[in-house]
Amino acid sequence: MNMTTAAYIPAPTRRKQLNFLNHDYRIRSWLLTKDHKRIALLYMVSITFFFAIGGAAATLIRLELVYPTNWIVKSETYNKLFTMHGVIMVWFFLIPSIPAVLGNFLMPLMLGARDVAFPKLNLTSWYLFIIGGAFTLFALLWGGVDTGWTFYTPLSSSFSNTHVVLVVIGIFIVGFSTILTGLNFIVTTHTMRCPGMTWFRMPLFVWGMYATSVIQVLATPVLAMTLALVGIERIWRIGIFDPAIGGDPLLFQHLFWFYSHPAVYIMILPGMAVESELITCFSRKEPFGYVFIAFSSVAIAILGFLVWAHHMFVAGISVYSGLVFSMLSMVVAVPSAIKVFNWTATLYRGSISLETPMLYALGFIGLFTIGGLTGVMLATLGLDVHVHDTYFVIAHFHYIMVGGMVMAYLGGVHFWWPKITGKMYDEWWGRLSAIIIFIGFNLTFFPQFILGYIGMPRRYPVYPPEFQFWNDLSSAGASILAIGYALPLIYLLLSLRYGKDAGNNPHRATGLEWTTTSPPPEHNFHTIPVITHEPYAYYLQLKENREEEPSV
Amino acid sequence: MSKPAYVEQQYEDIGQQTHSATLGMWLFLATEVLFFGVLFVSYTVYRTRWPDAFRQGSEDLELWIGGINTAVLLTSSLFMALAVRDAKRGHNGGVAAYLGLTILFGVIFLGFKATEYTLEAHEHLVPGINFSTIPPDETSKPPSQQHPRPEQERLFMLFYFIMTAFHATHMLVGIGVMIVLIILTRRGHFSPAYHNPVEIAGLYWHFVDIVWVFLYPILYLLRQG
Repeated sequence: MNMTTAAYIPAPTRRKQLNFLNHDYRIRSWLLTKDHKRIALLYMVSITFFFAIGGAAATLIRLELVYPTNWIVKSETYNKLFTMHGVIMVWFFLIPSIPAVLGNFLMPLMLGARDVAFPKLNLTSWYLFIIGGAFTLFALLWGGVDTGWTFYTPLSSSFSNTHVVLVVIGIFIVGFSTILTGLNFIVTTHTMRCPGMTWFRMPLFVWGMYATSVIQVLATPVLAMTLALVGIERIWRIGIFDPAIGGDPLLFQHLFWFYSHPAVYIMILPGMAVESELITCFSRKEPFGYVFIAFSSVAIAILGFLVWAHHMFVAGISVYSGLVFSMLSMVVAVPSAIKVFNWTATLYRGSISLETPMLYALGFIGLFTIGGLTGVMLATLGLDVHVHDTYFVIAHFHYIMVGGMVMAYLGGVHFWWPKITGKMYDEWWGRLSAIIIFIGFNLTFFPQFILGYIGMPRRYPVYPPEFQFWNDLSSAGASILAIGYALPLIYLLLSLRYGKDAGNNPHRATGLEWTTTSPPPEHNFHTIPVITHEPYAYYLQLKENREEEPSV
Repeated sequence: MSKPAYVEQQYEDIGQQTHSATLGMWLFLATEVLFFGVLFVSYTVYRTRWPDAFRQGSEDLELWIGGINTAVLLTSSLFMALAVRDAKRGHNGGVAAYLGLTILFGVIFLGFKATEYTLEAHEHLVPGINFSTIPPDETSKPPSQQHPRPEQERLFMLFYFIMTAFHATHMLVGIGVMIVLIILTRRGHFSPAYHNPVEIAGLYWHFVDIVWVFLYPILYLLRQG
């Protein structure tokens, strides 16, 4: 079977086909499903809900910062708001976003499998996610928590009198959800590939997800145990990180960042994975340097474990370890740059078309480059001392996490929406909202680079009046960004009812997921496919087109 | 092509299923290494910082109980290995019997552990509940004749209790798994063609055993020579 030609067989006569969405409508068929595609949709609904909550917190933060005084919320409330924004966005939106939604939906389809290796475990992950989310939401509703998403001791262990333990339990539980998802994907990649799907015939999305999963499996337990120690310390008041009995608060920071720095790569590698698919499809070209893109994901996953102390340059670590971590942090820029250069080289002389997913993909390249380069700036010891804990850092990681990951997530959702639902969204609205998001994003976060550089610290609701101009610019941008995020929610949902039928392969993309029907049948493929050539064989399409056209 | 009933629907054949399940368990054990790793690292950091207090802590533990427990747990691992061997050969009676012995030795271990916890509670060594730097038999003496424990021994005892309790929790999970396996074995679930659950339960149990092999020396044996 040639997978590209299979994509061209016109959709069979429009009888009502059974697919994974319509074979059973009962609630229990969703809540007890073992189908990776349905679980992906359960995740999609859940994380959209959490995104709305985290976004609401961000809205209040930006509103408060319009004026340099406490004009809407008290300082205590402000602390709770940014903690809620961070906790929700990191653990309940970004980390599950691409892996648990798109990864779940696509991994088995891309590998030519009927399902992930452990379908029951997959459903368990979702339930753990929901239980962890319930704990966290309950704590937030019951009065919130004010430690920041980093839970630094001794504030979190001894001084804060908010609901730290509840939130920590929530994150502990959701950590298991992450671990089990990662474990599932690694095993799926190893054992569920269809005949002929060798490692170097896998789509780059799978390579990216594989690298992400390695981090999820190896880093998350460290966070879980560290937060468990904070919880134990709080409940029994016994001071594991308390200097009064010989403990060391710096140890907490080391352990926390040993997880949380790799976790930053959980929040960008999947974005890069989606990016590789979008760029190749809308350039109609093989990726430039497939092997380099694949291995740079793995390199980022490995190097990501060796840079954690660059979060602690001013926390009292030795100058020598500062030097080493500074150098190692700059090394991470190498595989990241390889990716950016390779995507750019893929665009070169491609037949580029600017559909909605491609707009997101191009936005990703620009924003990620800015986020990445400011990361190199922050890795230099001297500059970091100046801008540590300022809005410069905030702007830097929002360029990565929002400008990178959220753009990629939205690009991916648009790209695979016709596969997931069988319907096309409205292209005009899609492009419009992609442009609105790009403009809104830059207006929100670029002023924060300047704010940070001229000295505005993070996490303060009150600031000197001379910072107001840049803060107002940022808040204005945030309102545009909010519109940009609301639009897809509306037109994507409308497309379910009014959208045109998508057909099996509306983007004329390569990849096994496009060879099956849209939406896919319950077990993905009627017969397990056999792969005979490398992925991204867009040249085969060109050849066919030439043969179809009558020669003049 | 029809598959045997024990091959789940997402797999092509038993080979793929066995490979997946075994790899999954190894990955799970990798996460466990990092779970325990946090505790081992923190313990090592504090031990380096407070060597005397930690040595005193080691001396306040019951060395003989730790020693017996090490032997008990290693023996249980032997029975687990024998259970796996019999599962491969299809001797289901042997599998059930050896799993039973594994459980028995696991329970003996937990019994000793509980005894040791009780003794330590009597010695006022439990942080957060009754830890005191003055040993209970010296509280009635005048302060000049007391031999107070170092303040940081509290940290040692803290890590001792967290690590051993976390280890014991893993044993309870393992015992639960083995009870299920015994029931399945007696219902004739396993055959030489399909016995992988016994094998990966074995992997888990050996891992729990190995964790103890590291816990025993760092907690009990690093004391005055």
